[in-house]
Amino acid sequence: MNAMGATIAEKIFSTRCGRPVHAGDVVMAPIDAAMIHDITGPLAIQTFNQMGGTRVFDPKRVIMLFDHQIPADSIAAAGNHQLMRKFAAEQGIHNYDLHEGVCHQVVLEKGRAGPGEIVVGSDSHTCMYGATGTFATGIGSTDMGFVLKFGALYFRVPETIRMTIDGTFQHRVGSKDLILSIIGDIGADGATYRAVEFAGPVIRGMDMPGRMTCSNMAIEMGAKVGIVPPDQVTWDYLKSRRQVTPFELDSDEDATFADQRRYDVTDLVPQVAVPHNVDHVVDVTEVAGTHLDQVFIGSCTNGRFEDLAEAAAVLGDRNFCENLRVIVIPASRDEYLKALRAGLIERFVEAGALVEAPCCGPCMGGAFGLIGPGEASLSTSNRNFRGRQGSTEGSVYLASAATAAASAITGAITDPREV
Amino acid sequence: MRAWKFGDDIDTDAIIPGRFLIINKPEELALHAFEGTRDEFAKEVQPGDVVVGEKNFGCGSSREHAPLALKGAGVRYVIAITFARIFYRNAINVGLLPLVCPDAAALQDGAQVSVDLAAGTITADEVQYRLEPVPAFMQKIVDAGGLVEYAKNLTEVQVCTELHR
Repeated sequence: MNAMGATIAEKIFSTRCGRPVHAGDVVMAPIDAAMIHDITGPLAIQTFNQMGGTRVFDPKRVIMLFDHQIPADSIAAAGNHQLMRKFAAEQGIHNYDLHEGVCHQVVLEKGRAGPGEIVVGSDSHTCMYGATGTFATGIGSTDMGFVLKFGALYFRVPETIRMTIDGTFQHRVGSKDLILSIIGDIGADGATYRAVEFAGPVIRGMDMPGRMTCSNMAIEMGAKVGIVPPDQVTWDYLKSRRQVTPFELDSDEDATFADQRRYDVTDLVPQVAVPHNVDHVVDVTEVAGTHLDQVFIGSCTNGRFEDLAEAAAVLGDRNFCENLRVIVIPASRDEYLKALRAGLIERFVEAGALVEAPCCGPCMGGAFGLIGPGEASLSTSNRNFRGRQGSTEGSVYLASAATAAASAITGAITDPREV
Repeated sequence: MRAWKFGDDIDTDAIIPGRFLIINKPEELALHAFEGTRDEFAKEVQPGDVVVGEKNFGCGSSREHAPLALKGAGVRYVIAITFARIFYRNAINVGLLPLVCPDAAALQDGAQVSVDLAAGTITADEVQYRLEPVPAFMQKIVDAGGLVEYAKNLTEVQVCTELHR
């Protein structure tokens, strides 16, 4: 399709648009799937109606679920859920409702995003589906109204920053530490308007949950998507979830990149994003000992079985510190069941954690698990903005599940290599 | 019109905190704009006031409630050195005009400002600064008054033609 060397983003847009397109081109592209949830969905439905929409472009390509305010925490939230259920019923859209978990985890689990596709969601962390080689990006509700009506959307084909990751992780250091260190290096707007490609031996050797963590946080450097070229790990993940025929999808050697960066993880130590920006990233040793009032292990970033297993491994047979609240929320029903069957949930409850049903939880900053003025929370989620988890006079730290578990044992930020 | 000046990396959680996302009406969202970050904003903002940021304005969550809250407060223009991608697009779509001004850092909080779109300038306390033009493909959405109005006049045939160009 592309005569000259092309990036993954250029290849996907060229294939889906049926003609060679290049970074910088503005194109109308077809949408393979569109996700709406309980917070941004009502506005999307409203704009769809205002645009004169009557039938959605294809009900089978619309993914609906509730995860931000479930079970409904207010009458207003219940009203939003009712509005969406009614829309789903009228339009013949399958609604996962509040049964399955956090939207991004569920989209991938259910095989609703695949390599080479263009998927949008009215949530900024939609970029997570890039972990399967999907061009996936977050959009607003009005753009989503347009997508629901027409099944297409305007895009500016992005330039690409390719990140090649070398080295070997130390014990208790992993994908969250890697992506935090990258964001700290490039900055919160370092990849704005761009696609990021994650490549190199460390990514090749990373399991799908780890890749999801990296792709999920691409938006925290401003990127449109964080793409991992599909490989055997991808196809193995997808084969039980959807029809797949493996194919080659990677940037050409002679593709034009906006930037090419290399990172080596060999000397990387556990990373912590400190208040109040995701790119304020330091080594855990710099903030070790900081008092905490709450630890949250969960979210679309780090609420998968592998994260919970890592937290449980750090915990061992100890208890969590009694002076803080420990909230554990598996990212989805599937992940919850895996953790339950492996005995992890029992261990967390026994150790003193509150285990909640799959949802966004404290990361949403509106439903529950909020922090008060002067309190500090350490979270495995993706944003530490002022007020993100409650009071604007509170502090949020971001780290891996291993660091979260170690810190929950001591009641203060703790290096997971030392517990 | 006064300028409400903010710094770098103003995120959409700051513009409208998560707990207010159950609200969908611009004028009701406006009552909580910048709540907890800058409480006087919602109380004192006047229709026609301008919000000015520096780098990466509107980063974070894709919540369209953020530009809607500002629009509901009567803000017509948001001016910054750079914008986060989703906010920029959302603002255009809802009819709140985001304008890139490379010198936005020089604008002072409380300055009396006027925007001249035709000339591509903003004047703050009698000093004039240059505004960058809106990208051509976004201008047609701006001209329509937002994406809803633009989409109303767009047929499926036209979208298909665009798709198979």
